Amino acid sequence: MIMAKAKTIDTFLGPLSRSNPITTQVLGICSALAVTVKMDTALVMTGALVFVLVGSNTIVAALRNLIPSRVRIIVMLTIIATLVIVIDELLKAFVYDISKQLSIFVGLIITNCIVLGRAEAFALKNSVTASALDGFGNALGYGLILVLVAAAREFLGSGTLLGLQIIPDFLYVENGGWYVNNGLMILAPGAFIILGLLIWLQRTINGYKEE
Amino acid sequence: MEALSHYLSLVVETIFIKNILLAYFLGMCSFLAISKKVETSIGLGLAVIFVNGITVPVNWMIKNFLLQKGALVWTGIAGMEQVDLSFLTFIVFIATIAAMVQLVEMTLDRVSPTLYQSLGIFLPLIAVNCAILGSSLFMVERNYDLMEAVVFGTSAGIGFFLAIVTLATMRYKLKYSNIPKGLRGLGIAMLLTGLISMAYMSFSGINL
Repeated sequence: MIMAKAKTIDTFLGPLSRSNPITTQVLGICSALAVTVKMDTALVMTGALVFVLVGSNTIVAALRNLIPSRVRIIVMLTIIATLVIVIDELLKAFVYDISKQLSIFVGLIITNCIVLGRAEAFALKNSVTASALDGFGNALGYGLILVLVAAAREFLGSGTLLGLQIIPDFLYVENGGWYVNNGLMILAPGAFIILGLLIWLQRTINGYKEE
Repeated sequence: MEALSHYLSLVVETIFIKNILLAYFLGMCSFLAISKKVETSIGLGLAVIFVNGITVPVNWMIKNFLLQKGALVWTGIAGMEQVDLSFLTFIVFIATIAAMVQLVEMTLDRVSPTLYQSLGIFLPLIAVNCAILGSSLFMVERNYDLMEAVVFGTSAGIGFFLAIVTLATMRYKLKYSNIPKGLRGLGIAMLLTGLISMAYMSFSGINL
C-alpha cells in the first residue's frame, strides 16, 4: 500500500524536477520559448497545456485496449487535435487579447512533443488515474520552466512582472537614472540563452549527465 | 519585374529575418535531437524543405476551397456562403500533413529509391514537426495567396535546413571541447542556438 502510494506521488512529482519534460526529456521546447516574452501568456499557455495533456492522457488510457497499435499515432493525433480545438475556442471566447498574442502557438500544442510523447510512453501502458496524474505532473513541470523563463525575460526585458512595474521608474535613463532594459531578452536569442542557463542549473543540481 | 522582386524579398525575409526556427522556435524538438551528426541533419533538412514546399500550398487550397467562411460557394448549393468551417483548421491541417507525408514517402519509394533511402527514416518524424504545421498556420495568419504560399513554404524549409546544418557542424566541433558537466549536450546546444539566432537578428536591419 505504501509502495503504491509512493509510486503515485512519484508519477506526479517526478516531472517537476528529476524527469522534467523540458530540461531532461527534451520535449516540447518549440512552444516553451515562443510564449515566454511575458508572464501572462506563459501562464495561459500552461493552463491550456494542463487541459490538453490531462485530457489526452485520460482518453488515451481509457481507450488503450481498443486502439490498434498500427494506427495509434493517427488516433492519438485526432484526440489531441480535438482537445486543442476546444481549448482554442475557449481562449478566444474568454481571454481574446491573450489568445491573439499566443497566435498560432495554441494550435501548435498538437505537435507539442510532450503531449504525443506522454500518450505514447505512458498512457498506452497505464491505468486512467495514473495517466491523468502523469499528464498533470508533466504539464506542471512544463509550466514551471515556462514561467521561470518568462519571469526572467519579462523582468530583464521590460522591468515588469505580470505587467506590474518592478524596477522603480526613477532609475531609468529617461527619468535621469542609469538603468536601461535589456532589449535582447525580448527577442528570440534571449529565450534560447535563458533556457540554456536554466538547463545547466537544473542538471547541475540533479547531477544529470548526458551520455 | 515588380512581382519577381516581391517574391525575392519574401524569400530573403522568410529564410533570414523571420527564420522559422531561430525567430519563431518552431521545429526545436527535431532540431535538437537530429543535430548530432552533419549527414543526418542534412537529410532531415532536405526532407523538411520538400514536405513544407508541398504541404503549405495544399493546405492553402484546403483553406480557400473548403474551410474559410464562404469558401464552399463553388459547390453551388444554396446557403453555402454562410458556412464557416474554420474551427476545423487544426484537425484538417494535421490530417493533411500526415497524409501528404505518407504520400510523399510512397512516391519517393517508387520513383527514386536512392532519395528514399537517404530521407526514409526522417519522413515519418516530420508529420509531428512543429515547423510544418507552424508554416501552414502562419500561411493562414498572414493571408498569403497561392504563389506566395509556395514560395513561403519552400523558403521556410530552407531556413530550417540552414539552421540545423549550422548547429550540427558546430556540435561536431564541440566534441573536442571541455565543457562543464551540467552544460554538456542540451545546455550548450541551447546557448549556441541563442548565438546563431543573434547572428540572424542582424539581418533584420535590412529594409526590404
